[in-house]
Amino acid sequence: MMLETIADKIEHGKRLSSAEGRYLITDAELIELGRLANRVRFRHNPEPRVTFVVDTNPNYTNICNTDCIFCAFYRKPGDPDAYWLTVDEVMTKIERTVQMGVTTVLLQGGHNDAIPFDYYLSLIRAIRARFPHVTPHCFTASEVRQMAAVSNLSIRDVLQQLREAGQTTLPGGGAEILSDRVRKKLSPKKGPSSHWLEVHREAHRLGFRSTATMMYGHIETPDDIVEHWDTIRTLQDEHGGFTAFVPWSFKPGNTPLERKFPHHAGPARYLRMIAASRLYLDNFAHIQASWFSEGKKAGQLALHFGADDFGGTLFEENVHKAADFVNQATVEETVTLIKEAGFTPAQRTTLYEIIRAFGETETTPSATAHLTAAGGSR
Amino acid sequence: MDHTAQQALKTVGDKIAHGGRVTRDETIALFGADLLELGRLAAIVKQRRWGRRAFFVVNRQINPSNICVLACRFCDFATKRHRPNAYELSFDEISERSRGVREVHIVGGLHPEWPFEHYTTMLQRIKTGNPQVQIKAFTAVEIDFFARRSKRSVDDVLRALKEAGLDAMPGGGAEVFSERVRKALFPFKIGAPRWLEIHRAAHRLGIPTNSTLLYGHMETIEERVDHLLKLRDLQDETGGLMSFIPLAYQPGRTKVVARQCSAIDDLRTIAIARLVLDNIPHIKAYWVTLGEATASVALSFGADDVDGTIGEERIMHAADAEVPAQLTRTRLQEMIREAGCIPVERDALYNIVNVYADDSREDQERVAQETDAAPFRPLPIASDPEPVTR
Repeated sequence: MMLETIADKIEHGKRLSSAEGRYLITDAELIELGRLANRVRFRHNPEPRVTFVVDTNPNYTNICNTDCIFCAFYRKPGDPDAYWLTVDEVMTKIERTVQMGVTTVLLQGGHNDAIPFDYYLSLIRAIRARFPHVTPHCFTASEVRQMAAVSNLSIRDVLQQLREAGQTTLPGGGAEILSDRVRKKLSPKKGPSSHWLEVHREAHRLGFRSTATMMYGHIETPDDIVEHWDTIRTLQDEHGGFTAFVPWSFKPGNTPLERKFPHHAGPARYLRMIAASRLYLDNFAHIQASWFSEGKKAGQLALHFGADDFGGTLFEENVHKAADFVNQATVEETVTLIKEAGFTPAQRTTLYEIIRAFGETETTPSATAHLTAAGGSR
Repeated sequence: MDHTAQQALKTVGDKIAHGGRVTRDETIALFGADLLELGRLAAIVKQRRWGRRAFFVVNRQINPSNICVLACRFCDFATKRHRPNAYELSFDEISERSRGVREVHIVGGLHPEWPFEHYTTMLQRIKTGNPQVQIKAFTAVEIDFFARRSKRSVDDVLRALKEAGLDAMPGGGAEVFSERVRKALFPFKIGAPRWLEIHRAAHRLGIPTNSTLLYGHMETIEERVDHLLKLRDLQDETGGLMSFIPLAYQPGRTKVVARQCSAIDDLRTIAIARLVLDNIPHIKAYWVTLGEATASVALSFGADDVDGTIGEERIMHAADAEVPAQLTRTRLQEMIREAGCIPVERDALYNIVNVYADDSREDQERVAQETDAAPFRPLPIASDPEPVTR
C-alpha cells in the first residue's frame, strides 16, 4: 500500500518521491494524511505553540503591466482608479498600523514602468529610519525583476542595493505555480519559473531569508503541484533560505478566470494541501495556515493538519479584497482563534523569533484591546 | 492529550474492531482526545456503514410564520404579531414554495391563533398541489403545542397530521436535554421527557424522525454526552430515528456566548456522535449552521449527510449565520466531491434517488462494490413516497 510506504518513509525521516507526492494530492485519506503531517509538524516544532506575526500589507501602486488573468487588483496606467503612492503616503499608512503594534510591513505593488529604482530604495530607507523596530518584508521576485529592468542592473546588484538600504527578507508571492505550462497560460508576462527561482536563489546567496508560496485551485494538475514542490525543495537544499511555505487557493472573484472557476477550492482541498506540503517539503521548518485566505475555521483546522503558523494579522490588505474575498482579524481575535484550536499563541517576527507568548491563563493584554476597533476597520 | 483521553481512544478503537458500546465515561473522555485520532475512528465507522457515499436532498425549508408565543433566549427568529417583522404565509404561498423539490421542511413559531385544522389543511394543500413532495414537518415543540391547544392527545395529533400528508418529523426543539440549561435559556419550552415522549409516539405510528442537539452555548460536556445517550436509548427502543444533527449555536444578537464555537469543537462533536450513536444510521453535517467549509470537512470526520439545498431558511439566518441562504444541487455535489465522497441524492426518508458517480472507472467500481455491500438497495425515484416503517 502506497500510504504505508509513505508512512514508513516519514517515520524514518526519508524524502518522498514525486509519485508519492502525487498520491498525497490525489488519493491519500485526508485524516491519515493529517495524522502523518501532524507528526512531522511536531518533529520540526516540538512545542504545541502556534506563531503569528502582527503585520500590514499595503500596496504602493496598483498599476501593472503583466495582465495576469487571476488578478482583480491591478489597473492600467490612466485608469481612473489607478494609483501610485509617494514615499510619504506609504509611510503615513505604515505609521497608522505601527501604532497598532505592527512589526512587519509586507509591502508589494504592481509592475509599474513609471517607477524608478530609487523609489524602492527610498521606501526601504524610510521604513528603516522612521520605524527601526519594523521589518521591511518587501517586494516579490517579479518586482525585483522589474527594478532590474528599469535600472539596467543585474538581479544580484538590485538585491545588493536593497540590502544596503536595510532589507533582509523577501516575501514569496508571485510563485503561483512554478510550472511553465501553467505560467504560460496564467501569467505569461511574469516569466518562467526560473525567473522567480533566480531571484530567491540570489537573495539566499546574499543572506536574505524569504518565504515560498503557492496558489492552487485553478488550471494546475497534481503533477504541476509536485513540480512546484520539487523546485522549492531543491532550492531549500542549496541554502536553507526559506523560512516558511504558504499555500493558498486562487480567489476567482472579479478576475478573467472567474467564469471558468466560479468557486475557490474549498477547505477539504486546503487541508490536503497543507498536510501534503508538510510531508513533501521535509526541509521547511514552518508551514503557514492562511486563515486570511481560507477563512478562520479552515485556518484553525489547518493547525491540526500540519501547519504551525497562523500568518499575519494583515491590518491592510487590498488584493484579495479586490476579488471580494475579505477576512479581518485583530491580535486579540488571532490569539483567541489559536487558543480555541488548542494551541498556545505566540507573536513572532518575520524571522520566526518569538516576541511574546500568550499563555493559557494570561488574559489578552490590554495593550492590544484597542485593536479590536482600529484593526477591524479595514 | 491527557491519559484518560488516550485510554478512551484505545478502548473505543478496540470496541470498533471487536464490538461493544461506548460508555458515558468514555464519551466524556473522548472530548479531550486528539481531533484527528477521533476523526480517524469516526471515519472507520462511517466508512463501514456508508462507504464513500455522502447524502444530500433537494429540499426547501418553509417557515409558515415567525409569530411565536415563546421567547427563547437563543432565538433571533421569533417575534410578536404587532412587530413590523411579523409575517404569515398563506396556503398558496406555502404550496407555491413546495414546487419542484423532493422534501419540504416545515417548522415555525408557535402561532397564538391558528387552530390545529390550519396545519392539517396546510399539509393537504401541499400534497394536492405537489403530490410527489415529501413533507417533513413540525418539531416536538410544535406537536406538544398543537396537542395542548386543541385538547387532543399527542397520538391523535400525529395521526391526523399523518393522514393529512406528514411523512416525517424534523429533530428540532430538543436543544440540549438538561433541566439546568432549559431553565436558563428556554424555561417555557418542553423539556427532555416530553420531547422523547413525542418522538416515541411518532415512531410507534410509523413516522420516522430526526434528532438534534443545540451545542456551543452554556451546556457542559457532560450535558452533551447525556443528551447523546438519551437519544441512543430512545433509538434502542423504537428504531425510528433516521439521523442525528448537531446544531452549532449561532450567537447572532442573542449572544448567550460571545463567539460561535470553533470548527475543532464542531468536528469533535460530529465524530463523537458517530461513535456513540451506533444505532442511528445518519450523522448530518448541517451546512447552514456549520458553514460550507466545516460541513465539507466533517464528511471525513464521521458525517455522511450535508442536508440539502434549503431554499430559504430564516431561523439560523435571523441570527446572521455566515453562510448563503441556499446552495444549488451542483454546489452540494462539488462540496461532497471535494471531500472525496460520492454524492448521493436522497429523499426525506433516505431512500436513494440518484448516485452521482464520476464516469471514471474507479468511481464506478467503488459504487458497484459499495452498492453490493450496502445495508439497503437503491430505490427508484420517490414519486410514490412510501413511509418507512421501522
